[in-house]
Amino acid sequence: MDKTPEQINQDLLRPLYHASWRFYAAAAILSALVLAAFYAWGYQIYNGIGVSGLDRPVFWGFYITNFVFWIGISHAGTLISAILRVSNATWRRPVTRCAEAITVFALSIGAMFPLVHLGRPWLFFWLIPYPSERGIWPQFRSPLLWDFFAINTYLIGSTTFLLLPSFPDFALIRDRASGWRKKVYGIVSLGWRGTPKQWHRLEMAMRIMAVAIIPVAVSVHTIVSWDFAMAPVPGWHSTIFGPYFVAGAIFSGIAALIIAMALLRKLLHLEEYLQPIHFENLGKLLLVMSLLWFYFVFAERLTTWYGNFPSEMAVFWVTQSGRYSKLFWTMVFCNFIIPAPILAIKNLRTKIGWTVVASIPIVVGMWLERFLIIVPALSHKYLPYTYGTYKPTWVEITITVGTFAGMGLLFLLFSRVFPIISIWELKLGGQKKPEAAPALASQEVAAEP
Amino acid sequence: MKAIYGLYPDPESAQRALNLLERAGSDLGFKDRDIAVLSGEPYEEYGFGQRDHKTRMPWLAALGGVVGGLSGWWFVSFAQKSYPMISGGMQLVTKWPDGIITYELTMLGAILTTLFTLLITARIPDWSGRKLYDPAISNGKILIGVTNPPEMAREELEKRLRAAGAEVVKNFGN
Repeated sequence: MDKTPEQINQDLLRPLYHASWRFYAAAAILSALVLAAFYAWGYQIYNGIGVSGLDRPVFWGFYITNFVFWIGISHAGTLISAILRVSNATWRRPVTRCAEAITVFALSIGAMFPLVHLGRPWLFFWLIPYPSERGIWPQFRSPLLWDFFAINTYLIGSTTFLLLPSFPDFALIRDRASGWRKKVYGIVSLGWRGTPKQWHRLEMAMRIMAVAIIPVAVSVHTIVSWDFAMAPVPGWHSTIFGPYFVAGAIFSGIAALIIAMALLRKLLHLEEYLQPIHFENLGKLLLVMSLLWFYFVFAERLTTWYGNFPSEMAVFWVTQSGRYSKLFWTMVFCNFIIPAPILAIKNLRTKIGWTVVASIPIVVGMWLERFLIIVPALSHKYLPYTYGTYKPTWVEITITVGTFAGMGLLFLLFSRVFPIISIWELKLGGQKKPEAAPALASQEVAAEP
Repeated sequence: MKAIYGLYPDPESAQRALNLLERAGSDLGFKDRDIAVLSGEPYEEYGFGQRDHKTRMPWLAALGGVVGGLSGWWFVSFAQKSYPMISGGMQLVTKWPDGIITYELTMLGAILTTLFTLLITARIPDWSGRKLYDPAISNGKILIGVTNPPEMAREELEKRLRAAGAEVVKNFGN
């Protein structure tokens, strides 16, 4: 790419000023679905949690599936972006902001589900540790409270990670805008001027944040896995759950990132910036994660099968050949049998369309995986007389569909107010190296005027 | 604030200008700290991009992490002792689970300290609009200039800024 700074500015700021009818049509449809989800939630709040399909013995259904799924998707961004920053992968530049935005949105959506699942969301503040008039504190030994701390730390870290490198771009918009835009971007750019001190502090802060956010991201999904692994429920009480969940989260996150990037590339005409090489590199990561995912599933199933505990085997067989087997084998197809060959063949991996074809089933497969971890285990606990079933109602289905629409809507709106590619980082990538640049100004011998 | 500055099309000419200003400072009556550099992207590999390079940010982030972790540990043990409830046969102050919350608050402490250190040391937010700035830097120009220059030296400064390759020399705050 050989563009002047002015051309880069024009190309990447265009979506902020111009939107086609397609944008408004998509925003209208997605908004309608989000409103439907809010209606369903309101209906549940008014009538009680009984309108969902949650009933003895399955008290965790679609809501907790969605919670785990969206927290997993959130690993797309900040974690991948941070790893690429720490490893100084130069191809990351057009990808990072998109990835970081996915994290913030997916995490916000995911964090909403425990509230939906509460049934009485107005009592959410009972989760917050504060000295209440009842004289009690939350139960710090409960993994659900660990979630509270981990998710909030990750949300604060990810939002900071997204916003910090945005200040110079906001300043760029401020300089070119007029009217209300100039005022708004003037405020959100915080008066950024671009002194060497500001640039250096920003880059240093991003380096520290990148190093700090990786262990936080790993801890978040490990702790989400411990919501299950700490309970003596057949199929859950496993030492492998931490890394298994983290690998699955990164896997689904990369797939979501590829889909989002492909859509934005098409809708915002960013073909010159989001190039096939970016999709190919993410495709390679996706292939590694697909293989890793299969390895974890196989290791986990093999250990269960070898252990041959009756309670564990009941859950094992219900997913292999019983009521949930169709979902299980669909999951295996979606997560491994379809994407792995596509991504392993270079001729396919280098084509954007094929990386998207590999990614879509992964998102579906990973949602199914979350469902298959939760529901078969709860419906087949130790004693056969407690066995039960779970059927989601229209309320749960509408809320689930609404969150996918919500993710799309947030992304559309984001692309109207943020440059979807970090402009200054992109320019930095195209900066020519000094031929014999002095380390310090004082070392150079300059011509006198 | 008053200033005189030049806008440079590339980092090489900006570096030349900085070198000239650094040498001219004692003759023309301004100090190194009066030299201003602004750019639309970082130029870490050039001398002018390395001004004000020293920072204690990593150490402060580590300190913030330690403070966050210690506060987390204290807070959780305080809460457990305040409402003494034995559950699952565990001790009152449970080291392993408390370690998880301590860990999260350690990281939160490091993250927030990094954020505040950035805001304080980079001196943002600053919406006063009184500081030297030119929107041309958004289009790739590099600003090199002198703030509050001695009136007598203005003409000479303008000559030197142009000699280094400035596309345009401007005054600010006059």
